[in-house]
Amino acid sequence: MLKQVEGSISTAEAIGLCRPEVICAYPITPQTHIVEGLGRMVRTGEVKNCEFINVESEFGALSACIGSSAAGARTYTATSSQGLLFMAEAVYNASGMGLPIVMTLGTRAIGAPINIWNDHSDAMSMRDAGWLQMFAETNQESVDLHIQAFRLAEAVSMPIMVCVDGFILTHAVERVDVPTQAEVDAFLPPYDPVQVVDPKEPISIGAMVGPDAFTEVKYLQNYKLDLALKLIPELAREFKKKFDRDSGGLLRTYRTEDADMVVVAMGSVNGTIKDVIDEMRADGFSIGLVTLVSYRPFPAEELRKALSGCKQTVVVDRSFAIGMGGQLAADVDHALRNVDRAPQALSVIAGLGGRPVSRASLRGIFRKAKTEPWEGMHFLDLNQKIVATEVEHMSSKRRSGPIAENLLRRVSVAPVAE
Amino acid sequence: MNDATKEMEPTQKLKFYQKGTFTVGNRLVSEADRTVQASIDRSNAITCGHRGCQGCGEALGARYVVDAAMRATNNNLIVVNATGCLEVFTTPYPETSWQVAWVHSLFGNAAAVGTGVAAAMRVKGRSEVRILAQGGDGGSTDIGFGCLSGMFERNDDVLYVCYDNEGYMNTGVQRSSATPPAARTATTDAVGDEPGNVFGTGKSVPKIAMAHGIPYVAIASVADLHDLERKVTKAMGFHGARYIHVQVPCPLGWGSASHDTIRLARLAVESGVFPIFEAEYGVITGSRKIRNRVPVVEYLKLQKRYAHLFKNGDAPRLERLQKLADRNIAEFNLLAHEGNV
Ligand SMILES: Cc1ncc(C[n+]2csc(CCOP(=O)(O)OP(=O)(O)O)c2C)c(N)n1
Ligand code: SF4
Ligand SMILES: [Mg+2]
Repeated sequence: MLKQVEGSISTAEAIGLCRPEVICAYPITPQTHIVEGLGRMVRTGEVKNCEFINVESEFGALSACIGSSAAGARTYTATSSQGLLFMAEAVYNASGMGLPIVMTLGTRAIGAPINIWNDHSDAMSMRDAGWLQMFAETNQESVDLHIQAFRLAEAVSMPIMVCVDGFILTHAVERVDVPTQAEVDAFLPPYDPVQVVDPKEPISIGAMVGPDAFTEVKYLQNYKLDLALKLIPELAREFKKKFDRDSGGLLRTYRTEDADMVVVAMGSVNGTIKDVIDEMRADGFSIGLVTLVSYRPFPAEELRKALSGCKQTVVVDRSFAIGMGGQLAADVDHALRNVDRAPQALSVIAGLGGRPVSRASLRGIFRKAKTEPWEGMHFLDLNQKIVATEVEHMSSKRRSGPIAENLLRRVSVAPVAE
Repeated sequence: MNDATKEMEPTQKLKFYQKGTFTVGNRLVSEADRTVQASIDRSNAITCGHRGCQGCGEALGARYVVDAAMRATNNNLIVVNATGCLEVFTTPYPETSWQVAWVHSLFGNAAAVGTGVAAAMRVKGRSEVRILAQGGDGGSTDIGFGCLSGMFERNDDVLYVCYDNEGYMNTGVQRSSATPPAARTATTDAVGDEPGNVFGTGKSVPKIAMAHGIPYVAIASVADLHDLERKVTKAMGFHGARYIHVQVPCPLGWGSASHDTIRLARLAVESGVFPIFEAEYGVITGSRKIRNRVPVVEYLKLQKRYAHLFKNGDAPRLERLQKLADRNIAEFNLLAHEGNV
């Protein structure tokens, strides 16, 4: 049913339609509305046959999820930012045990400095944890990805994170088509676990594994993500047939045909980039876009195909590895390694801690990419003046004080350059 | 003894000891009360083949706890295990020692995993299945404490058993919040002005459990396996959160002889170092009386972790340790005449 609704609510409704049996989460902005919505739906009976557990921490939340999933229940959780870090140990544990838990990650920056706004640092912090990670571009896609996520996770018995941009999507009111229960039931069969702790058939799960088999266990985790690589496009096709919408898949291309420059990005920023591409195309600038939906598994092959023929690719990261560079940029580089006449890959770091990614800035950076020499990563809209002043201050004085607070004082005098 | 307290008394009221040992001879007790090591209906949830040290109190305690829990639930039991000696010495494949549905996730989350398993059983209508979560003192009183308290406070239907060997044994005998004052561990070395562990305030997790008002809390010891079994059985008669704290001597960590495990457990009880009591809904319902009080030094001197106290004759600190035991005896009324619970 089409409705004008807050992203968190439509996402919560979609999760409810997936008939979760155990929901366990801990509050953190901007994920809160999703879990509150689900809690209400369980209480009112809108979501039936479901245990909603309030716990004392994110670590407890994901741990309870590990228990319920291992005991054969379809299990859901959600978190953001610090919450994901607080779960970290259990994040790796869930994938190591092969438990198909579905998590919504309302993506948010990681402190310090504490910051509640959107970027992808949290998702990136767990990119090597063995979970599938898919990024929604819109709230419609968030709804659709969650429905696909349960199916996908359970098919390969691996956990999945559906990354939904905090505030930008979670708190945005948009027109969303929330499917009916019958439609979801026709797409998502009941959970049939591959392993379950049950006194009827006592098995041990979680035994210690030494050098004799550890590599093989890890290899098979990777194998399952390889399976997912094949399954994701199939599910997206089936989804389209049943719901008549293009949602999910490994990646989507936009005006890449004959493009000299192809942008690569994940999440909600793709909407803005598409507008910029339309504007620049109208001006005769040859540019297209790859919207990466599946970050883990990483669709290197498809990406290579999508980028073949372009001269330059500009990767827009919403986070970066300090001392290294954009994580997505590094992965794109990796995919292009050993490719004949690979495009020049340029890295842009944009929208950290909720800084708006404007059309004007993107246009500027894409033009610059074409015309000017480029070294390392480029921080979109970096306030050069304030940085230079602070660097000068730091180098002139031993007790120069806390950087964050110094900068706050400076920006209050000279606000971020537009 | 009035009728109300009668039921709460430990089952074993025997005073026959074999001379020179602390053992109650099996032959001296009635058939029903005899310790049964091997019988066809014993579940033997932990089979032989585990890699625990000789004389491991934890292996013994866990065997009795899990078997009693299996019996009490008609084998409808799921065990959740924290990381620690018990988990490590029972699971290296292909020698898994568990003849029970068993899951291990992490060091600090057994209580929360138990909560999740219980939720799954509820949602699936499997009301016959009961949950036992278990871990060491480190996994329970330190790193898993938040999850444990959460499980208590929500009154989740989980029996949690802490096997207290008073240190992080699996990682090589480091100090935990359950390590007693003056005890030498790898991180509280017996050097300097204050050798061994600090005289802190201590941390009684059974009392903290009671403060949650949960249906059942008990302290037990491998000194009295009948009592341990009885408490597990009793705990399984309740729904909601339950907690049993079992003292399990660790020959490796305590520097004691393998054959002294039970002797040490008994001395801990008889000296007042380890008070044995039970509580329901936050109120103490009974304590195990000391039969034959012994000075704390009798207990300490069998353990190398306290050797530094004796080497140079550390009278003041031995005195402090005795005072701590005296305080337990007073607090839990451990010397009261029988019947005065
Ligand atoms: C998060 C985390 N920190 C530390 C460890 C290392 N570690 C494993 S077992 C253990 C000690 C266990 O002590 P306890 O719970 O008392 O059990 P015991 O081995 O004494 O029976 C430690 C520190 C770990 N596995 N996980
Ligand atoms: S170190 Fe202690 S607890 Fe661990 S197996 Fe040996 S005796 Fe048992
Ligand atoms: Mg221990």
